[in-house]
Amino acid sequence: MSLPDGVAVHEFEGGEGLATQGPPVYGEPTDGPWRRWNPHRSKLGATFELGLDTGLAGGDRVLYLGAASGTTASHVADFAGPTYAVEFAPRPARDLLDVAEARETLFPLLKDARRPETYAHVVESSLDAIVQDVATRGQARVACVNRQFLGPDGRLVAAIKARSEDVTREPADVFADVLAELESEYRVLETARLEPFHADHLAVVAEPR
Amino acid sequence: MTDDAWFAGLAPGDVAGAAAAVRDGRADTPRDWPALAVDAGFADSETDYYAALREATLTATREAVTERERADDVQLSHAVRATDDLERTANELAERLAEWAGSQFADAGSGVEYAREVAARDPETPTEDRIVSLATRVVDLADERDRARVYVERRAPEVAPNLTTLAGPVLAARLIALAGGLEPLAKMPSGTVQVLGAEDALFAHLQGRAPSPKHGIIFTHEYVRGTRPADRGSAARAVAGKLAIAARIDHYSGELRPEVERDLDERMETIRAREGSE
Repeated sequence: MSLPDGVAVHEFEGGEGLATQGPPVYGEPTDGPWRRWNPHRSKLGATFELGLDTGLAGGDRVLYLGAASGTTASHVADFAGPTYAVEFAPRPARDLLDVAEARETLFPLLKDARRPETYAHVVESSLDAIVQDVATRGQARVACVNRQFLGPDGRLVAAIKARSEDVTREPADVFADVLAELESEYRVLETARLEPFHADHLAVVAEPR
Repeated sequence: MTDDAWFAGLAPGDVAGAAAAVRDGRADTPRDWPALAVDAGFADSETDYYAALREATLTATREAVTERERADDVQLSHAVRATDDLERTANELAERLAEWAGSQFADAGSGVEYAREVAARDPETPTEDRIVSLATRVVDLADERDRARVYVERRAPEVAPNLTTLAGPVLAARLIALAGGLEPLAKMPSGTVQVLGAEDALFAHLQGRAPSPKHGIIFTHEYVRGTRPADRGSAARAVAGKLAIAARIDHYSGELRPEVERDLDERMETIRAREGSE
């Protein structure tokens, strides 16, 4: 398993698991400075757990698309540098605010990830990574229109949800279409189904073309 | 060029201005804002820049979240859901009360009305204390349900005048709640409005397990429920179409347009006339 600096497998009461150091967020187990990163509640956590080489590194500058209430974004901000967290829905964004208040460089933005022009005046260019977990139709398009934020050596780490694209089609067919669309802007490096942690999700690691 | 940067033209320390710029600004392409901010003298260092950005984004997002959550359509959605929850809870507790009270008092009954009778009693034993107290809670819940419903009836015409005219306040509020707000409802095709609230049946249909649902929550509309089954599909389509138009007028203009209701009345007359012609 290749983990960024700041993410470790730590021994907790009741077994070992992924962990980062930061203020607790959702009642997760803690041990000293470490807080457990539950892969069942986080697609990025599951991506690490399954051993994908994400290319993420400690101190990375990150754009997080689909931050929701900040469960995963909080762990990212723990090991990364400046983290821009975009969320579209007000209710989860309210919780995201509390997570951001407790951290120094997690910047919450109530914006639509399909419209990067509404936050390009805030989010800096040449980022090291985009982490994407948006449950909307057109996930490949979201990744493509946000490529402009990545530096040449940047990484896209996305969790693609088949049901968000089309509930009636076979997930494998949906994933094939999404990957084909991604190829216009990215080179896909690695993919993996997120079972048993998340049903009908595909983890994708890619670099900009 | 830093004209479109969120910090353009801002004095350091102007948090309100910074928050407004974060919320309303835009740029065609991102740039190395931290370095540009230092060059422009907005921040002394990158660390200083990120501290200012933190304050600006926290303030901007808190304002935006509060504004969106306080919006009237959101309040209406909460109120109609609360009405449903209160109704369900009151009925559930009324059933429990009826069973319990029936074991103690001779004049057995059921429902909220019976709860009112029990609540009016003078308890004489510790057991009766509990039963009468439970009855009081049921009555309180039912009264609160009535007040929540009055609130919905008063607010729905303000939030969505045309939709309320066509659907009545409670159905209007339910449609807004199911859609997730007036704006999402206004953007829905009428076919989606037609099956709002019938998601289970719709997904079963999409997966090939069932026929397509003819109607969702709009079944509670008199024009759908009161039409004979053979014509209900047509009625549901007509009602959903006009409701979708009403929601769009409410969202984009907000003016009351009585002709929408008239159009629907005429269409329904045609549909219901089929009955007689066969």
